[in-house]
Amino acid sequence: MIHTENVVFQYNSETQFQFPDLRCNSNETLLITGASGKGKTTLLHLLGGLLKPTSGSIQINSTDICGLSSKKLDHFRGQNIGLILQKAHFIASLTVLENIELASWLTDKTKKREKAKELLSLLGMEKFASKLTSQLSIGQQQRVSIARALINEPKLLLADEPTSSLDDQNAEIVADLLVDLSQKYNSALIIVTHDQRLKERFKTAIEL
Amino acid sequence: MIFKIAWKNIWFKPLNTVLSIILLTASVAIISLLILLQKQFEKQFSSNIDGVDLVIGAKGSPMQLILSSVYQMDAPTGNINYKEAKVWMKHPYVKTAIPLAFGDNYRGFKILGTTADYLTKYDTKISSGVLFTKNFDVVLGSEVARKMNLKVGDTFFSSHGDAVEGEVHEEHPYVVKGIASSTGKVIDNLILSNIESVWAIHNHEEEAETVVATTHEHHEGDNHEHDENVVEYDNHEITAVLIKLKNKMGFVLWPRLISQNTDMQAASPAIEINRLFSLFGIGLDALQYLAYGIMLISGISIFIALYNTLKERKYEFALMRVSGASRSQLLILVLFESILLCFVGFVFGTIVGRLGLYFISTSTEQDYKMAFNPFEFAVKEEGILFLTTIFVGVIAALIPAVKAYRLNISKTLAHA
Repeated sequence: MIHTENVVFQYNSETQFQFPDLRCNSNETLLITGASGKGKTTLLHLLGGLLKPTSGSIQINSTDICGLSSKKLDHFRGQNIGLILQKAHFIASLTVLENIELASWLTDKTKKREKAKELLSLLGMEKFASKLTSQLSIGQQQRVSIARALINEPKLLLADEPTSSLDDQNAEIVADLLVDLSQKYNSALIIVTHDQRLKERFKTAIEL
Repeated sequence: MIFKIAWKNIWFKPLNTVLSIILLTASVAIISLLILLQKQFEKQFSSNIDGVDLVIGAKGSPMQLILSSVYQMDAPTGNINYKEAKVWMKHPYVKTAIPLAFGDNYRGFKILGTTADYLTKYDTKISSGVLFTKNFDVVLGSEVARKMNLKVGDTFFSSHGDAVEGEVHEEHPYVVKGIASSTGKVIDNLILSNIESVWAIHNHEEEAETVVATTHEHHEGDNHEHDENVVEYDNHEITAVLIKLKNKMGFVLWPRLISQNTDMQAASPAIEINRLFSLFGIGLDALQYLAYGIMLISGISIFIALYNTLKERKYEFALMRVSGASRSQLLILVLFESILLCFVGFVFGTIVGRLGLYFISTSTEQDYKMAFNPFEFAVKEEGILFLTTIFVGVIAALIPAVKAYRLNISKTLAHA
């Protein structure tokens, strides 16, 4: 599903990251761990096509995303990659449901309202559908961002420290949901984290 | 969807939005009001001087003479001797000469003594009834008939002079003989009679005053000698003469000739009205600059509002990019928000401007019998105004939009 080869990213003349090759298939979960400053977030951004590597290749679903133009990459990202960030950001003026619909509209110009509602109910969030995102707690916001990441049924689900700002109970809920839903939609799940709670839970891990 | 986000975004910060819209509304309202006012004002003024090359009247301000005799908007400069005026009315240069004698009023509508030529000059016909033939027969302008609800055969009493509350001349009722068709010009608001009626009521009034002074029992007042058409015109006075020339030499020669040799003056409506417009123009221009100044400020206000929210919104933008939005979609979103504001401001401004014109129109109609049409669209001028407004929106949003376009998503999210 996704594999990388010899990915190198040059931040500036002093800082250069050389990442190990990694591979993750559908329904699998891969944990990427490492201390701060090792380039965890950089690697995640490279995998998500937010950054371009200095050299090397990243194959997602047999497309080398390093070779795509900026516009094509935006489209590819929308269609194939779901991204969950440490802190969830939303369009503040839109409701929870509209924020999720927007993600599907931006990719293929359709508003998957039913699908969005279904995802929200899977996440136990259906009664917040018409709330503004600023009215939710952080744990709830994180669940909404999972719904948003999954609305287009991406092949690859990337999560950047999804649990680090959550308490134990919420961290467990979010981790469960990530695994359950990525398997329901046949996605490869890559989690970048230094969260001990996740390290204990997932066995497949790469240490940077 | 982009429209929806833009719409929701502009209302998410209602205070910023309302400020920008108020400023835009104010500037668009002022400008569109001025555009319509100037256009309709000039049209109304110009249409009334068709067929009048010169106006002969008593010495005084030529502007006042034109305003009073052609537009019925000012007090007359005075009276002139009919006999003296006739010398010029019968001059071989003259094609038509229409004498005007200002009489009384009926509830604020002036009664004007004139000839049938006056109706011809305004291209109006008698839509019902007939033309005045005898003294105290009148033809009503269409507006007068409508507003006073008078029909052919009705009678009314006039009040003295031009004061609505003036002394009522109860001795002689005017009889409505005809109603003129609508023209959209001054004549619609006038009551027309023959000149002799004006003289007759004037004579009668003098006589009546004498009678009242001597004995209070004379109330019948019917045995007077002036209700017949036999009047020695020569000693009578009229107010002005509207002249249409056959020979345009008169246009050049007469003003000087008349003012040097007689107690009268000849003024050209075209020249005086141009003078009026240019005087007016300075004021209108100043107002228009002011309005464009307000529009500039509203542009700056939009710019500041967009620029300020850019810092908090860059995560939104990064997020939209992550969800598959392209750079140009973000550019369009920011531009669109600003243009939407300007569009709303333009719509409100156009409406408020017309409301303003409506109120101005009701007061000018009362004071000067001059109405403006708030539903007219000055397609060219307002089109330019619309494009200017939208242009302001684009310029105000340009820098924020480009910043959104060039946003580095990785950096933005990494520093979140």
